[in-house]
Amino acid sequence: MNAWIAFWNILRKDIKNYYLKPPNISWGIILPLSWTLMMFVRTPSPQAMDIRSLLPGLMAMSILFGTTSMLAVTITFERRGRSFDRLLLAPISMTTLVFAKISGAILFGAIIAFSPILFAAFIIDLSGINWGVAIASILLMAVTSTLLGLAIAVSAKEVFEAQTYSNFFRFPMLFLSGLFLPIERLPIFLQPISYCLPLTYGADMLNRAITQTGFMNVWLDSLILIAFSVLLFYYCQWNINRKRIF
Amino acid sequence: MLTGLSRPSAGEIWINGIDGINNIKKAQSIIGVVPDESNLYDDMDGFDNLCFCASLYGMRKEEREKRAHELLEQFSLKNVGKRPFKAYSKGMKRKLTIAAGIIHNPKILFLDEPTTGIDVENARQIRSLILDMKHRGTTVFLTTHYIEEAERICDRIAFIVNGKIVKTGTVAELMENAGHEHIIKLTLNESANGIKNELQRNFPNLRIEVKGENACYIVSPVKVALSPILQYLDERGISVFEAKEIRPTLEDVFVKVTGIEVDKLQKEKEGGKK
Repeated sequence: MNAWIAFWNILRKDIKNYYLKPPNISWGIILPLSWTLMMFVRTPSPQAMDIRSLLPGLMAMSILFGTTSMLAVTITFERRGRSFDRLLLAPISMTTLVFAKISGAILFGAIIAFSPILFAAFIIDLSGINWGVAIASILLMAVTSTLLGLAIAVSAKEVFEAQTYSNFFRFPMLFLSGLFLPIERLPIFLQPISYCLPLTYGADMLNRAITQTGFMNVWLDSLILIAFSVLLFYYCQWNINRKRIF
Repeated sequence: MLTGLSRPSAGEIWINGIDGINNIKKAQSIIGVVPDESNLYDDMDGFDNLCFCASLYGMRKEEREKRAHELLEQFSLKNVGKRPFKAYSKGMKRKLTIAAGIIHNPKILFLDEPTTGIDVENARQIRSLILDMKHRGTTVFLTTHYIEEAERICDRIAFIVNGKIVKTGTVAELMENAGHEHIIKLTLNESANGIKNELQRNFPNLRIEVKGENACYIVSPVKVALSPILQYLDERGISVFEAKEIRPTLEDVFVKVTGIEVDKLQKEKEGGKK
């Protein structure tokens, strides 16, 4: 019960304090939204299939930027102000603390993921989407991206540093995870890297849900994403514990 | 290390019977920590900051709100409870940070430089609150560069130089161990320079020092009998306006024990903060 009280209050505080912080607005909200609008506008005559085929990539990108930006803000702001010390000094387990810190970002990423859907709903008919698979893939992608963001954020001292470090991963991932360019069209030496990125499997699930394409079984995609989540979770917990970074 | 923020490379930590290394989370439930710089949340108001800190200790809503109100009242912050923390003055920030550190009624409280850089009124109030906590049974670990503050508040004092404890004890023990001298300051009606050598010749067991125009210091390893000196001065037409025993301060003891000049220490600290 005590852990739940702490968990809920950390989550509530992060949502209230950090969702609308400027670095999060620019990287986590404006960038995915403007990218979405740019993609929709550049499509000469809004062909239903073109827009629909863009949706998985845009949603995955929104999740990636939304979650990693949020983590960059929540962790680095609190490290700089030393308020993270308060959390480390409290009698709550590291597992509860990591869960609480990532939950706000997962929620944020999941909400932002629906912005391309919202825009598309005004242009095309969205019937035929497998919403169960779509929502599952959004949540799993949000979890892995958030944990990736946490792994990066604990190494940075300032928000701009965290955003810069994140970009080293985010932009290559956009092109290597099959979001906008199919993996089979990548140079052969880059393709193994694609299969090491969690976003590849999330995008594949979304493709299956929205365009009924995709190269893997949805269950296998899910299992791989869960495995990535567990590994990243324990890595982040170990890393914070090891460094006692604050 | 005692608070669980860093891990010891060797040794054991026991806090109120709890293993402070392997069971630090349990130990943290009875510990309160107030860092040297206020680390609450800038965008949250004072009341919400306190409620949030209370929630980290598993306190329920009604309980934490009641406690937050109590502390705002106790720290004279009730009228600014709904103001964002970033709008607080430095003294108010210190007080709210201390309030956040004791929100869960800890048995042990670590206070790091609680009165550094704040105005006299707030510093006095904080000292009085620390004494109040001490009297109510809280063990307070106070870190300070103000030696007179330690002398006034603390039961036991440890001098730390370069991260190592060089001396511990009560104020009385530290004074005693330092082997201080007895000093009497006499304020005369005329310059003490003219009489210094004569006094020294007539009272060879004492050390006579002159500091300032009319002040004469009589230094002795044992208690000084004043009557012969006063009589001697009176016979020479010199009036003594005041005779005062000068007790060594803890600062003198600190300088003697550590060899560090307090002024230098203070300057280093200020330089470090810049």
